Amino acid sequence: MALIAMETGRFHEKYAEEIAVYGTPYRRIWILAVLAVTFVVVPLVASPYWLVVLTLVGIAAVGATGLNVLVGYAGQISLGHAAFAAVGAYTSGLLVSRAEAPFWVAIPTAMVAAGVFSLIFGLASLRVKGLYLAIATLAAQYIVQWILSSWTWITGGFQGIVFFEPIQIGPLDTTTPTGRYLLVFIALALVVMFVENLMRSRSGRAMIAVRDQDIAAAGSAVSPLRYKLLAFFISSAIAGLSGVLYGYNAGLVSTEAFTLALSVQYLAMILVGGLGSIPGSILGAAFITMLPIFLRDLLPAVGFEFSASVEVHLLTMLFGVAILLFLILEPRGLYGLFRNIKDYFRMWPFSY
Amino acid sequence: MSEFMQLTVSGVFTGMLYALLALGFVVVVKGSGVINFSQGEVVVLGAFVVSWLLTDVGMPFWLGVPTTVAVMMLVGAAIERFALRPLQNESMLALVMATIALGSIIRGLVPMIWGDGLRSIPSVIDQRRYEWFGISIPTITFWSAIMVLVLLGAFGFFFSRSRLGLAMQAVSDDRVAAQSLGINIRLVNAVSWAMAGGIAALAGYVWGSLLGVDSRLVVLGALIFPVVILGGLESIVGAVIGGIAVGLVESLSAGYLNDDLGAGFSTVAPLIMLLLVLFVRPYGLFGRPEIERV
Repeated sequence: MALIAMETGRFHEKYAEEIAVYGTPYRRIWILAVLAVTFVVVPLVASPYWLVVLTLVGIAAVGATGLNVLVGYAGQISLGHAAFAAVGAYTSGLLVSRAEAPFWVAIPTAMVAAGVFSLIFGLASLRVKGLYLAIATLAAQYIVQWILSSWTWITGGFQGIVFFEPIQIGPLDTTTPTGRYLLVFIALALVVMFVENLMRSRSGRAMIAVRDQDIAAAGSAVSPLRYKLLAFFISSAIAGLSGVLYGYNAGLVSTEAFTLALSVQYLAMILVGGLGSIPGSILGAAFITMLPIFLRDLLPAVGFEFSASVEVHLLTMLFGVAILLFLILEPRGLYGLFRNIKDYFRMWPFSY
Repeated sequence: MSEFMQLTVSGVFTGMLYALLALGFVVVVKGSGVINFSQGEVVVLGAFVVSWLLTDVGMPFWLGVPTTVAVMMLVGAAIERFALRPLQNESMLALVMATIALGSIIRGLVPMIWGDGLRSIPSVIDQRRYEWFGISIPTITFWSAIMVLVLLGAFGFFFSRSRLGLAMQAVSDDRVAAQSLGINIRLVNAVSWAMAGGIAALAGYVWGSLLGVDSRLVVLGALIFPVVILGGLESIVGAVIGGIAVGLVESLSAGYLNDDLGAGFSTVAPLIMLLLVLFVRPYGLFGRPEIERV
């Protein structure tokens, strides 16, 4: 029995225990198992179709995890993360295609560029509390969309299409579905590791303090402005990485990839998945990314046919319905749902 | 010079119509404290309903427009009842996302009901332009702006004089205090959303007449924010001033800057103004400067 028993509660006696990554030995096994499935089993057994789907989920999960740093942990709202992803994608694409920079220079530069760019809008609104960041980032979204579509000397032509030079190192070859999958999931693993560690660090805890009670945080010598800006920078830099991955996956970027709809989707992902939770970001990304695939491939299979134009509208509507239902019925999202189920089995046969 | 005058005058008149868009937003902030990201979509719904009633159903103008207002008031109240009341004490993020989700639902629903095509609204005023001293203004814009002024006056009066209006002000000031003084918060919330629906019906009529009824009208929703940030989130006078300022910025930048800075600069100029206002005067010209700075 002891083997299948899980922890019965968390009783930390030292600070070191509280910040430990592997709270229990089982967690280490779980993490290793997840890594093994992600990097060994899936690339070997999955069909190309599922590799493509999972790659899209992974790209979305990178962006959602980044946004969760800002929204879930630091308690701010951004409606402009698609714009910051666009800045990242275009910076890296143009650095490689025009300046002929190698990708390992272009990608970090792109992330920093996205982060720094976002600070222009963050500074305008983080001085005041509340919804102003949402509105300022909405403005950022529209301004970036306009710049990309009308300043052709930046984007270089019609619809701002920039091609991405493929990366080819051994199995990590972005001309194949497996290579793209590996690139995206290596990036996702690094992002998850970074965010997990960030949240165990002083800075991460300061962000949570600012979210929960900014005045008390300021009273404890935690500068709210500083940590809000830090969260905003990190979050946007990760969004920039998500944009870069999008570029490598599609082989090109165009202005149509980074509209307000994507920003809203990122928010929906973390909301549906669970605010302030990394597994939640990934679950939410999977849910929102697979919703259209589910609609396109599964509903006709059960005899529910509709035209392509209706499908788009139906999807827009269902997207809204899904967000509303999660908000009203399960505000803690899919991860909250998962925890409830897990707790049920852990406590079984006693309900508490 | 005459070009400048023309741009200024048409900017001011268009700005009045932006004020009409923003008014629905301001009423919701006043009555329920919710920042409504779906006002643009509600306006589109209003435009489709009025165009459907006037063309397909064949109602005359004097019946169709009030019917639309009534329908949209019901829609507003229903939004409040079924989407926002369950979230009453939730975080700001939940409320924002709920309104965004509502916008998405309306955006999907409208073309599923009425199709993707462009619809029109039969005009009651003959479609020409007034000419004064070499400045021309479309008749629709002129009379709509007059209507907006009357409407804004009525709302100003309502909020400063009537019992319900004052109750709404009280709720937006401090929910808990208002509740302890016996104000029915649920009623106030429902009324403010119903009003926003009614205003959206009128805005839909006006903007639908000007630009044609099309789901692309939602882009107007983005212009609400520069208007209300400049004017102050819950000020009716602010909505008028902010609307006029946005109209001017847009019209003048369309006239003078679009060629140098790229086509469509006039559409983002108000948003750049929004950012500048956030830097300098974040609570707007007529908002309450009590925002906590942290």
